[in-house]
Amino acid sequence: MKPEDLLIPRREGLYCPPGDFFIDPVRGVDRALITHGHADHARAGHGHVLATSETLDIMAIRYGADHAGATQAAGLGETIRIGDVTVTFHPAGHVLGSAQIAVERDGMRIVASGDYKPRPDPTCATFEPVACDVFITEATFALPVFRHPDAADEIQRLLRSVSRNPERAHLVGVYSLGKAQRVIRLIRDAGYHRPLYIHGALQKLCDYYESQGIALGDLRPATVDAGAKGDFAGAIVLGPPSAFGDKWARRFPDPLVSFASGWMQVRARARQRGVELPLVISDHADWDELADTIETVAPGEVWVTHGREEALVRWCAMHGIPAKPLHLVGYEDEGD
Amino acid sequence: MNRFADLLDMLAFTPSRNAKLSLLQDYFRTVPDPERGYALAAIARDLDIPAVKPAQLRELIASRMDAELFGYSYDYVGDLAETIALAWPEKADIRPGRNDAPGLAEVVETLQASSRREGPGLVEAWLDRLDPPGRYALLKLVTGGFRMGLSSRLIKQALAAFGKVEVNEIEELWHGLTPPYADLFAWLEGSGPKPVNAGAAPFRPVMLSHAIDARDFEKLDPADFAAEWKWDGIRVQATSERGISRLYTRTGDDISAAFPDLVDAIAFDGALDGELLVARPSGGGIETGSFSDLQQRLNRKTVTARQLRDHPAFFRAYDLLQDGAEDLRAAPFAGRRLRLEAFVSGLNPERFDCSEMLAFDSWDELAARRADPPLAVIEGVMIKRKAAPYLPGRPKGEWFKWKRDPFLIDAVLMYAQRGHGKRSGFYSDYTFGVWREPGELVPVGKAYFGFTDEELVAIDKYVRNNTIERFGPVRSVRAGPDTGLVFEVAFEGIARSSRHKSGVAMRFPRINRLRWDKPPGEADRLETLEHMIDGVE
Repeated sequence: MKPEDLLIPRREGLYCPPGDFFIDPVRGVDRALITHGHADHARAGHGHVLATSETLDIMAIRYGADHAGATQAAGLGETIRIGDVTVTFHPAGHVLGSAQIAVERDGMRIVASGDYKPRPDPTCATFEPVACDVFITEATFALPVFRHPDAADEIQRLLRSVSRNPERAHLVGVYSLGKAQRVIRLIRDAGYHRPLYIHGALQKLCDYYESQGIALGDLRPATVDAGAKGDFAGAIVLGPPSAFGDKWARRFPDPLVSFASGWMQVRARARQRGVELPLVISDHADWDELADTIETVAPGEVWVTHGREEALVRWCAMHGIPAKPLHLVGYEDEGD
Repeated sequence: MNRFADLLDMLAFTPSRNAKLSLLQDYFRTVPDPERGYALAAIARDLDIPAVKPAQLRELIASRMDAELFGYSYDYVGDLAETIALAWPEKADIRPGRNDAPGLAEVVETLQASSRREGPGLVEAWLDRLDPPGRYALLKLVTGGFRMGLSSRLIKQALAAFGKVEVNEIEELWHGLTPPYADLFAWLEGSGPKPVNAGAAPFRPVMLSHAIDARDFEKLDPADFAAEWKWDGIRVQATSERGISRLYTRTGDDISAAFPDLVDAIAFDGALDGELLVARPSGGGIETGSFSDLQQRLNRKTVTARQLRDHPAFFRAYDLLQDGAEDLRAAPFAGRRLRLEAFVSGLNPERFDCSEMLAFDSWDELAARRADPPLAVIEGVMIKRKAAPYLPGRPKGEWFKWKRDPFLIDAVLMYAQRGHGKRSGFYSDYTFGVWREPGELVPVGKAYFGFTDEELVAIDKYVRNNTIERFGPVRSVRAGPDTGLVFEVAFEGIARSSRHKSGVAMRFPRINRLRWDKPPGEADRLETLEHMIDGVE
């Protein structure tokens, strides 16, 4: 059997003919396996959804309990039979509930990693390499210029800026699932225990992380009732980056805009967004981690998807590993 | 290097001009000599160190990493120094704050004591000792590539504010000072005397004009104004004093080295404001070349004998700022003009002449002359108040430029390239084409400005949604008679060109309007452009 008989790219997403299911389909299908809760991977409107219980909870929070006809929770490491194939879910270390999906038939195993990061993250289970014949890797930061610094050091830069600018409110842009909770947890781990103010868009997911045992400390809504303008002086406010260009941001005194993202590594990206304090904090593998992961997993073949496929394919060629780009469409190039 | 790298980063990310001024002042206040002086020289691009060429940096990085991976990285980041700083393969884990990192003064002084040949080796060793921000600062330093939105004016304003002196005092002293400017800082801090203007032939801040608006004419009496052609060269200042002659751009950059033919012909004591052109004597007059002739001489550090012969530099004088020891800037334009004519009549006529004045009694009469210039290298008329003194900056109501109306065509977007610098990540550079045959578009030009930030976002989205093919950073965009995006393109001139597939080359093309409403099939044909060339010639 060829690997392409087990998983092939289709317009809807990655399709498994012998199991008749899709992985992370970008439109509604009958049977979907979902790696994690980010909106470009987890969409509403499937007939059946199989995912980790956390991912199912997150989808229910985002889309309502009736987002799919039926749902089934996959335990990590649990073998599940679908048609003629077996699937297992393994931690991906990307966000809470994120999983790699291993699909296996007749001794051929393909691992679809979804998005992943190997470095430890206090808000989710750590990435686990899974031996396989074909490793499908993301390539969001697959260029040698992307080497994410230690996230704790980036948080120190934020806290230093806060103490240097006590009259300004620091607005930190974070995506609402994963990045927000990780940044909050890192701020707490750095010994900052004053209240943090959050935009309404982060509330439900922060509550959910708390319910899963991830303590985030004193979080308060960044509403005007929380105080007059001056009361946000010296405060750290977290919100989705899109909110900062909005009227919402006018309530803060002389706001200093920050953004926690792997893209902040590139100066022009930060300047385009009007970011004054770029924080390079990413939930994806950086260049070295992509390379190390491929070497550790040691697959027979690598398929590369969403991002800078050509560079990672080139790296594989230099290291004698067969690789090809998958050209899946519909995944956001830029989310992090 | 770290303190300097921090300054660069903060300057780069701080949007507000006032905040930049205060960052610079803080830096001057807290960093000792000579480091602050070298930093000032670096950002003012006044640091004379053996430059490391971009090609040498490419060689360095090629010896350390795969060329193809570097190429992808550079296409993505869009800045050579930043790409190398980020992608540089570190030998050991370099922690922020590591204390054997070279300092700015060490780097500058070592380079100054070294030969050009030793430069790349030194840079390589330093790169291994620095973290990514430090590497970025080093690379910007050694390539002289500090284009970070800091005008030399802003830097001088920061110095003026730091020392509580007038900015024009700094401006006029500036060219006599040398890094690391210990005497300047001593004066600004009140611990030393004002440096004497040691440099002969200093730059004098230039007077600039406003674009005239149709409504302005009602308020302006033609009798109060003089007019002359606006020449399409580059605005320069030629000064000479105590045997030293210099040619400056309007921003005060010294470009003497690139124009020895002109600088050698400066046989006067004074300062002239004028236009740099390519021109030569011909049949008793002067034959003025086009802007593309002048381009053969621009952006070069040195010049070959052949360029000097084929494209001789020429100075067309607009104004006289200094005549010997006499500063004329406070005199009215009309008076300066008379002095200018007398002054220029004594100069080498193969290199200098006076800009012709245009007589007119009414704005309509001037409009008629503007509409029919004798040469294509004229880009409009300048209108100057006869009573105006020569004021630095862009004073209101004194000088106006009235440019020729641009040419306009409707063209179809064919290719889009990811931008560099501030616009990296956006498809912001557009190749557009016109119809040669029905169904066959031929590319005729490239434009990367003229649109608003909102329009850029919309075009970028259009490009991403209508890509047919990708070649690295370039996307080929769907373009046919019925589908495609039409741009109204404005440009200042058009000429035949053997280097372009279409046979035409535009001058200064930009996107004038987005024609979302226009079917691409109705865009212009190549013939239309060819007729435009016939009209110009």
